[in-house]
Amino acid sequence: MERSSLVPYLLILPAFLYLMFFVGYPLVQALYLAFVHDGSFSLEVWKRAFSDYYFWSAFKYTLSLAAVIVPTQVALAVVLALMMNRIFKGKDAALYALIIPLTISDVAAGLIWYSMLSPYGFLNKLLLNVGLINNPIYFFGYQYRAREFLAIVLAELWRSTSIVFVIVLAGLQMISRDYLEAAEVFGASYWTKLRKIVLPLLKPSIQSALIIRTLFAMQVFGVVWILAGRDIPVLAGEGYYQLTVIKDTGVASVYALVIAGLSILLGALYIKFLKAEYLEVGR
Amino acid sequence: MNDETRYALKKIGFYTAVFTAVVWIVLPIIVSFLYAFSTKMDYYNPSKVIPTSFTGEYVRVILFNLGAWDGIKNSVIVATLTIVISFILGVPAGYSIAKYMFPGKDQIKLSIVALRMFPIPVMAIPLIVLYIRLNLVDTLLGVALAHTAMALPFVVLITSSIFAGVSKEYEEAAMVFGLTRFGSFRKITLPLAAPGLAAAAMFTFVMSWNEVFVASILTLSNRTLPAQILSIMAGSAGGAAPDYYKFAAAFIMTLPAMIFIFFARKYLVTMWGISLK
Repeated sequence: MERSSLVPYLLILPAFLYLMFFVGYPLVQALYLAFVHDGSFSLEVWKRAFSDYYFWSAFKYTLSLAAVIVPTQVALAVVLALMMNRIFKGKDAALYALIIPLTISDVAAGLIWYSMLSPYGFLNKLLLNVGLINNPIYFFGYQYRAREFLAIVLAELWRSTSIVFVIVLAGLQMISRDYLEAAEVFGASYWTKLRKIVLPLLKPSIQSALIIRTLFAMQVFGVVWILAGRDIPVLAGEGYYQLTVIKDTGVASVYALVIAGLSILLGALYIKFLKAEYLEVGR
Repeated sequence: MNDETRYALKKIGFYTAVFTAVVWIVLPIIVSFLYAFSTKMDYYNPSKVIPTSFTGEYVRVILFNLGAWDGIKNSVIVATLTIVISFILGVPAGYSIAKYMFPGKDQIKLSIVALRMFPIPVMAIPLIVLYIRLNLVDTLLGVALAHTAMALPFVVLITSSIFAGVSKEYEEAAMVFGLTRFGSFRKITLPLAAPGLAAAAMFTFVMSWNEVFVASILTLSNRTLPAQILSIMAGSAGGAAPDYYKFAAAFIMTLPAMIFIFFARKYLVTMWGISLK
């Protein structure tokens, strides 16, 4: 290998400095905005944020959306990946269809699901014409908050399951055929192979998908803003609202820091989880 | 039940499952496209599940009267700037991680991954204060700089795995024949890595194209498409846009993505290490 020199460091340095600046500076600035009031340290801004009804509501809804969406989509993605890891007629077309959402933004996904679920949308018209319902089901409006929640879950599952699917499928394809063939020689059934070989070997992929999705769920914004507005407050949405409508940079920074705190906490939990896993397999 | 029927049933069940999954993804897109072009009468007619008369009026209004076309132009500019800046910074770093051994490499790689996980709002909200000082508020460059911070860790990691995939022997052979390290990089590694780099560039483009939070916060009059659509559809008026405009907006946002995936599908998939077939 190359003798040790400064070259590799010099190649990395620009990228590293850029990231440090764009992450480091905002972080310092956020702490300043959130903790400094009239030029001295104070918890005044936090009190202002905490006393807002929307704060705790946003906290609750962000976590509950993540708690519903992430496990469901991971399970769904594993099933889809197992299906698509076989060879069958029309596989390529099916695979392309399943990765389409990778390129669709959360705002677009929100609008697309609005066309499915709105009072005159596809679902309502279909059910009315089939005769299953007599009046349209209303999904939107603050008096239907539970259904708005459901609409967000549907749109997010639709949009962001494909990234989990792709990660899990990549993991599946890295599993050596030797293991499965050996198991077959010993007469293992499909379910035994799945439980004893495939799922354990898939664990790292599933865990990295879990991390990525959970962290992004903490910042959920576009879908919610399109489908429910502030009926379903979320942390990123409230930060946006505080900054653009109320013009309170301090409280907006509090929201940003809470998102960061949750992300770091969850990330650390997952990394601890991951490390234990690697020790187990003796790495 | 004999083995043959059991096999046939299994096959039917499998295809039904695949079909259901595909319909679940594709149907909402088809429906929103149809509704984007359906006339008001057809849309509000409860017995017309599938519209039969069509108009381009709403798409036209969104594009040219409500500023979506400017949004598209801004999005393209921001995404292109993001690719250029993040590749200038990221490709050398990716190459360094792929081709050199040096103390601290793992820690540097890990911290880059960690920065990828940094929540966007934490970056965007305080950036406002800096941007006011630098006169970058409401500029496309400002959004591109923030999008670069978002895309750069990804570019470093992806390019490093692409470069790592280019066999060392080629470069060493080139250097034996008298090329410098940079020369062998330019003549050998870069052409071999080009398809992968193109895929990474496309993905960077999509990331920037779809990003809405940073773009909404940092701009007011020069908005990218998602930010523009968000403010039209769910602005402070509280989502007052009539339904058929929402569908037209969905169409305008989704079509470029669909065209993109049509051309990039092979790269998009191989980039994540999945082989088709």
